[in-house]
Amino acid sequence: MKTSRLPATTALLLGLTLLAPSNRAAEGPTDAKGLVPLTPDVLALPVEQAILTSAPHVPPPIKRRYAARVVVNLEVREVVKRLSDGVEYTFWTYGGGVPGLFIRIREGDVVEFHLNNHPSSKLPHNIDLHAVTGPGGGAASTFTAPGHSSQFTFQALNPGLYVYHCATAPVPMHIGSGMYGLILVEPKDGLPPVDQEYYVMQGEFYTTGKYGEEGLQSFDMAKAIDERPPYIVFNGSVGSLVGDKALTAKVGERVRIYFGVGGPNVTSSFHIIGEIFDTVYPEAGLSLPNHNVQTTLVPSGGAVAVEFKVDVPGTFILVDHSLTRAFNKGALGMLKVAGPENRVIYSGKEIDAVYLGAQAEAGSESAKREAELKSQIAAEIKSNPTIAGLTKEMQIEKGKQVYMGLCFACHQPDGKGLPGAFPPLAGSDFLLADHERAVRIVLKGLTGPVTVNGQTFNSVMPPQEAVLTDAQIADVLTFVLNSWGNKGDALSAAQVKAIRNENH
Amino acid sequence: MATLLRSVRQLVPGLALAVTLAGGAVAVPEGMPPARLVRIPGGAYVPLTRTTKDPAQINVAAFLLEERPVTNAEFLAFVTANPPWRRSQVSRLFADSSYLDYWAGDLELGARAPAHSPVVRVSWFAARAYARWAGRRLPTTAEWEFAAGAGYTRPDGRNDEQLNRDLYAWLARPVPDLQPAAGRGRPNFYGVRDLHGLVWEWVDDFNNAMVTGESRGDSGLERDLFCGAGSVGAKDTTDYAAFMRVALRSSLKANNTTTALGFRCASDATP
Repeated sequence: MKTSRLPATTALLLGLTLLAPSNRAAEGPTDAKGLVPLTPDVLALPVEQAILTSAPHVPPPIKRRYAARVVVNLEVREVVKRLSDGVEYTFWTYGGGVPGLFIRIREGDVVEFHLNNHPSSKLPHNIDLHAVTGPGGGAASTFTAPGHSSQFTFQALNPGLYVYHCATAPVPMHIGSGMYGLILVEPKDGLPPVDQEYYVMQGEFYTTGKYGEEGLQSFDMAKAIDERPPYIVFNGSVGSLVGDKALTAKVGERVRIYFGVGGPNVTSSFHIIGEIFDTVYPEAGLSLPNHNVQTTLVPSGGAVAVEFKVDVPGTFILVDHSLTRAFNKGALGMLKVAGPENRVIYSGKEIDAVYLGAQAEAGSESAKREAELKSQIAAEIKSNPTIAGLTKEMQIEKGKQVYMGLCFACHQPDGKGLPGAFPPLAGSDFLLADHERAVRIVLKGLTGPVTVNGQTFNSVMPPQEAVLTDAQIADVLTFVLNSWGNKGDALSAAQVKAIRNENH
Repeated sequence: MATLLRSVRQLVPGLALAVTLAGGAVAVPEGMPPARLVRIPGGAYVPLTRTTKDPAQINVAAFLLEERPVTNAEFLAFVTANPPWRRSQVSRLFADSSYLDYWAGDLELGARAPAHSPVVRVSWFAARAYARWAGRRLPTTAEWEFAAGAGYTRPDGRNDEQLNRDLYAWLARPVPDLQPAAGRGRPNFYGVRDLHGLVWEWVDDFNNAMVTGESRGDSGLERDLFCGAGSVGAKDTTDYAAFMRVALRSSLKANNTTTALGFRCASDATP
């Protein structure tokens, strides 16, 4: 203490201050014990810096067949990022994104772990690595105030794929803000070689606004306690693994996905549409593989490693097969496989024949009312130039965001649908013939055969009336009716509302 | 001890004198009156966490609490009068290396430290020294939590939905580059502002945040607040904001400073 530099009065004040009871500057929970004395055999180990990667990428396999001292540096940052188009959220992250950086080590490694909490953080954080044998999984040892750094050392005793997460109270909010990731402890003999490795984690977000509601969203404690998340997503945002961000592979390659669930609450029925997992390491133990699995259940705070060979080209959809999560909450990704077709394994559509199912009866009460409404709405549009004019451009932009968050999964980003499964919207005679019918289908869903451009589709579209607002439906249909060569009017929220209420 | 304290207070110059001593180099900012003390009536505070050996509630005597957190301008007057607390002179024992590092200089606030915004990046030692210099003290955890437990219109704010919305909206945003001015928040039931939604605040006994008595070992103290165990023994597991305050206090040492941590002063109520 530089007492000599302090004037008498201040020194006295400080003296009094230091008499405060249970002064934790000297000892307490955050107090460091000092560096662990390493034994000669540990000191003899080669030292290396861990390579950490952002999802969906995975660090390269570990080639060495001996233990090492591995230094891991992980930075905690609180950042505002995109949760969905037009929707932002303050994520608390390990390394700047959700999920946290992927850590890859080998069984027997001695890990020198540094957790650095950025000075701009509002809160203290820590890390509980499920790969750690010791109280709290490192939580107490890494409890770190904003603008501080903690270090602890552990030895990886058990191979496996493990979740790590923040364990600072209130834990559900820390995990619910994105504080989780995976650490892979490779077995001593390594894992079987594959051609592609990917990193995907599922987690849910409890926003104050409903799905798609624009703006910076806050954490909603009541929804978290009731376990009612508006978002359940892969890799921290809606659409993180679609379009040009999709996972990729070539026909004939073997793919391994390290899949974890951060939670904080919701388990996953992980499934890839159109693929069968050749090998699953259930609960990510990496020792007793199961084979030929369709859907694997992954607990919150747990993980799985799945392997499969891709035999045919196309787009394969990753989902939580609790499917409203995929359709309505964002739990959807894509694996795009390029290469030559193999029509013996998968032929594509071979025959398309006409099938006459029940159709809506012409001249019925509802058809009359429909015609009546139609003329009313047409008159309304004519008398109100703002509906058809200035707002249309904006509606198309907003509608595109809704489409790319929800509809594209079936109808595809180019609006062309999937032959034999989901009808096209681009140039669709069925769609363009009757806009109110389109609104009704979006609201109420559609089951049973429809003929679009001469092709019959017999599929199911889920109702969106509980998911989308009137304005969102008007926007998305305005987008659809004015995209991919379609030319149409703008629809208004009032029109949608009228149709939503027509049976009440 | 009491005699010592009195003599110290006589020796320590007040704000006006400090400015005079500085030869007029430091201007007292216009437009913001000194922090008003608001009387908080006594009552019972139920701690968030406790063991069976701890009392079920703590009785808080009536006290006075500043209406808003201490500002950069006020803290500048303090360091002007007390050179050992200037950024370049403070001992690392009493304030870590980021102490006041957003100020332009020892005695210059600069663009990143608006005069009327709450002072942050101050240590507990510094906050305490300021309070003593101002003839006041830091509130205790029980006092602070009792005052902050009020809603906008009721003494019990637990079900004040607007307060909860405002609180979580603040928590959802990262620390801003520039803190907004202090004293602008909506007053709570007692007339105190900014207890939620501006900055975290030091309390006098912050280091007792997780001390739960003799019944647990040292290593058990902190573990009880980690992961699911955080809710063991908590009176109200749905009060996430209270957990965050406890977690923050527990993560700090007395010389620590952070970008969102300031303080306000309190005083005993004269009967």
